[in-house]
Parts: sequence; C-alpha cells; structure tokens
Amino acid sequence: MSDQVFPAKELVAGTATGPVLLCTSEIPGWGGIDPKTGNIVEVGHPQRGRSIAGAVLVIPGAKGASGWSGQFHIAKLLGNAPAAVVTRNLNTKLALGLAVIGVPALMGLPEEAYASLHDGAVATVSDGTLTIHAVPAAAAG
Amino acid sequence: MTTPTLAPEAFDALDRRPSATGGSVRLTDEERAMADGAQGDAVAAAMDLLVRYGDILGADRLVPTDNVCGASIYGPRHSRVLDTTDPVRLFSEFSIDSPDRLDITPARAHSCQLIGPRDHLNWELQGLSAATNEEITRSEEYLASIGVSILNTCTPYQVGNVPMRGEHCAWMESSAVPYINSLLGARTNTEGRESTAAAMLTGRIPYAGLHLTENRYATHLVTTDIPVETMFDWSVFGYWMGWHLRDQVPVVDGIRGPVDPIALKQFGAAVNSSGDVELYHMPGVTAEAQTVEQALRGRAPEAALRFTRADFDAVVEHLNSTATGDDIDFVMIGCPHANLDQVREVARLLDGKRIKDGVTFWIFTPSALREVARRSGWVDTIERAGGKVMADTCPAIGQFVPRGARRFATDSAKQVHYLPPIMGVEGRFGSTAACVDAALTGRWAA
Repeated sequence: MSDQVFPAKELVAGTATGPVLLCTSEIPGWGGIDPKTGNIVEVGHPQRGRSIAGAVLVIPGAKGASGWSGQFHIAKLLGNAPAAVVTRNLNTKLALGLAVIGVPALMGLPEEAYASLHDGAVATVSDGTLTIHAVPAAAAG
Repeated sequence: MTTPTLAPEAFDALDRRPSATGGSVRLTDEERAMADGAQGDAVAAAMDLLVRYGDILGADRLVPTDNVCGASIYGPRHSRVLDTTDPVRLFSEFSIDSPDRLDITPARAHSCQLIGPRDHLNWELQGLSAATNEEITRSEEYLASIGVSILNTCTPYQVGNVPMRGEHCAWMESSAVPYINSLLGARTNTEGRESTAAAMLTGRIPYAGLHLTENRYATHLVTTDIPVETMFDWSVFGYWMGWHLRDQVPVVDGIRGPVDPIALKQFGAAVNSSGDVELYHMPGVTAEAQTVEQALRGRAPEAALRFTRADFDAVVEHLNSTATGDDIDFVMIGCPHANLDQVREVARLLDGKRIKDGVTFWIFTPSALREVARRSGWVDTIERAGGKVMADTCPAIGQFVPRGARRFATDSAKQVHYLPPIMGVEGRFGSTAACVDAALTGRWAA
C-alpha cells in the first residue's frame, strides 16, 4: 500500500507528522484534557485516557467551556500540544485554540479520507494536504 | 461612558490591503497602526492574535467592542508553567499569547474579570497557602491597575454588566454567552482567554459568527412533551438540548408555565456544557424573535426535536453516573453563581438546622451579592447551620474541593459535568432542596 494524499482546506499553515489520534466525539478543552499529560479526561468521552500530545489529532470539532484555548495553551507550553489538528467543524473555541497553539491544521477533508484514517496510522499535514503513510510491514505486524 | 457599539453599524473605512498574515482579515487604518505598534507592543501583539484568530475563522474584518469579559487572574496553575509570578509576564503569555514581557497598556474597552481562582475572604477554606493567596492578590491588583473591573463572577449580568440588545460584546464563560445572546439579545461568540484580553487592549474582536444577523436565525425546532417548570427541569432540559444540538441555534416552542432568569441561567449553563448552544430563541421570553416563524426566518427547520420523559430520565441518570454510592461529604450550590433569591432560599431551607458533621456545604455567589446577603442576615443563617457562602470562584474553576471530599451533590448540571473529570470526585445531581437535604443527612435520597 502506498501513501494516500488528500486535499483539504488549510486553517493553519505548516508541516507536521505524527501518529493519528482519531476522536469520534468533539473534544472539550477545560475539563476535557489534562494539560499536564495531554490525556483526554472527559467522563464518557470515547477516547478518554488517550493522549493528544504529539498526535495528528483528528476531531469532529471542539466543544464545551470557553477555557478551551486556555487549556491547550498550557498544554503547548508543557510540550503536550498535538502535532497537527484535522477537524470537520470549526467554531470560535477551536479557531482561537489553533491560533494559540499554532500547529498545522486542516478542515474539510474528503469523506473517503476518513475510511483510511485509523488510530495508529502515521500521517503528515502539509500545504493543505493530509498524507496517510503506508504502514511498514514490521510495524503492521 | 462611551456609546455602546451596536449592530448593524456603519463601517466604511475598510483597508483593502491584505493583512499581515496574508489571510482574510482586512484592517482599518487605525487598526493597521495598532498592529504596527503605534500604541505599543502589547496592543500590537493583541492585534496580531486577533488577526491570526480572525483569519482561521474566515472573518473579513474586526468589529469594535466596548464590553469585554475575560479571565486573566493567575495563580500557581499558570505561574508554575512559566516559573515566574511576575503578573506582567503571566498576562503577556497567557492573556496575549506572547512569550515576551510586553509593556501592557490600559484596557481600551470597558472590561471585567469573570470568575477567578480564589475567594478573597475564604481562601484558607480552599486549602490555599498564604503565598498562593498573595500571588493571586498580586495578579488581581495588576489586572485592576490596567482598568479591568474585578467582578469575579461567571454572571456579570447579575452585578451590573447588562449588555444592550444588539451590542457587540466579547465575552467568554460558557454559561454567560447564551444568557446575553438569548435573553438580552447582545451579540457575542464564545470567546476565550486570549481573544478577550486582546479585545480589552484593542477594543476589537473578529466580526464573525453571532455578530452577524444571518447567523442568528434558528435552524432547529425544539418542543417538549413534558412540563419544564422548576430550575431542575430547566437544567435537565438544557443538558439534553446541548447533547443533541451541539452548536445549532434552536427555537424552543411550547413552553408553558413560569420562566425566570434563574432558570434560564441554569439552562444556559447546561446547554453549553453538554453542547455548544450559544444562542437560543424562545418567543415571548428571549429578546429577538417574537414568533417561531421569525426565529426560523420563515423557513422549515432542518430538524425538529421533542423532549420526552425518557430523555429527562436519561439525562438525570447520565449526570449521576459517576456516583457509586449515596454517602455525601460535600454539597455545592451556586453554579452559575447564585443570585440573591437562591441564597435566600438556601438560608430558608437551613434556618435553625444543622449540617451533618463531616459534610461541607458551600454556596457560591458574586462577592457583591454576598455583601447584600450578609447585610440581609442570610450569610449568618447559613453559617449558623454550618455552611459557608463563598464568592469569586467555584470548585471547577479554582480546582479545589474540601479536604478528603469523595462524593459531592449539586443542583448544577454544569458543575456535575465538570467537577468529576477535573477533581476526581463522584457527583450527585438533583434539586436545590435535595442537595440541602443531603447536607443535613449526609445521604443522597433523591
């Protein structure tokens, strides 16, 4: 299998690579992540206990209290920001959070890309594209 | 007092040059000068943040605002990260998103501080050290020195900041945003710490989202099969609505029975905890649409939702799902901050009674209202029963619970949503009377 490249709208420019963390529910900031670890802590969140740190964070969007950017701001300073963000939806919480953490970000990925996106895949966000890297045989085993 | 900035406003002098980042926000000459440093490096950094933020939002310009509510009081949670308690450095990094120690200029817009990390009278009960208390005092005094009113409440609208209909505001605080958008008809998006601080210094905020009339129409119709009457009903209804609507604008039809500002304060907190409903219409109650048709702009709703008894029960069950038992050692009332009627009601319920040993009872209210409650005798009544009237903060924001607390009870959907993940306690959620009863018996019986 070769790398798959998908175009999307660039929200924040830049290039970053990391393991995909596919969130199946909107992610809250305040009361949603622990900035000291990067872990998702919201009660009932499907990805609770997973860490956003260094991940290509794929989310439906941001939700919850207006401390969203503040929590991600602290996470950034503690080295626990995601490497990149890919979102379906954009609201002011996410827009401000992205402005503050400054990592590459995309929106409006084509639907077929989601079929190939799964936890553990390695992806690169760059120049308005998402590349899902082919899994090396050793890692796939 | 300057004239509030009302929508729609005349705004002709747009600078057509591309903005500094090559994005979509165009600045006026005055704004361009601010961005270029004509009013100092802090205003320039604030303008830079607003442009970065506005570009991501797809805003084509900024809008003047003269009513800003933010959160820029800092304690150890922030100072530890930077290893400094210098309030200027903390404000520069966490409020303006600048790694430099900026020369902060006084707030240009009317600005106030929302809920903060500490009760200025009862900080020892929060478990804070004298050093931490002093650090927070220093941060608060600094904020006041640049012209920010220290209201220290999530409900500025209860203590004097009541925006006008159509007024462009820059507020954060998820419970206050639906309140001023809906009940008062003011215009704000859910802002954050950095955008509100930037708005304080510049008097600007991106012109996007709910600042534009076209985005304020309802897309979803919500009705209810069951009566929604008590404050508890409204909290449950709100939590259910947020869960299903996420960030849509609903019009709520068919509400019979009493609606009061306290119920809608709790409703807004709930709807913006489970979801992100920043504006709702309730014809006859809220400020803008007078009919369902008006709210929907004469269109058919994208979806219609009906609130049922089963929905009600499911929300109550979910909000009690962290509790593994019925022993209660902490009761928290006042999220969002209680208004005077709520404090009086709690005093009435506790009058002549005694809170069970081993149970901590705290009711939170704005400090300005605590003073009125004190003069009215209610603080004394609550304290004689063994409770405490707290102000300026709350457990979720200040990140504190009484020492050893394991399971708390609250009448707030928002607090029971947030406190378990933030503080690792279990939560019970019920009516105010059920919570007071739990304080008296140490048991959850609802």
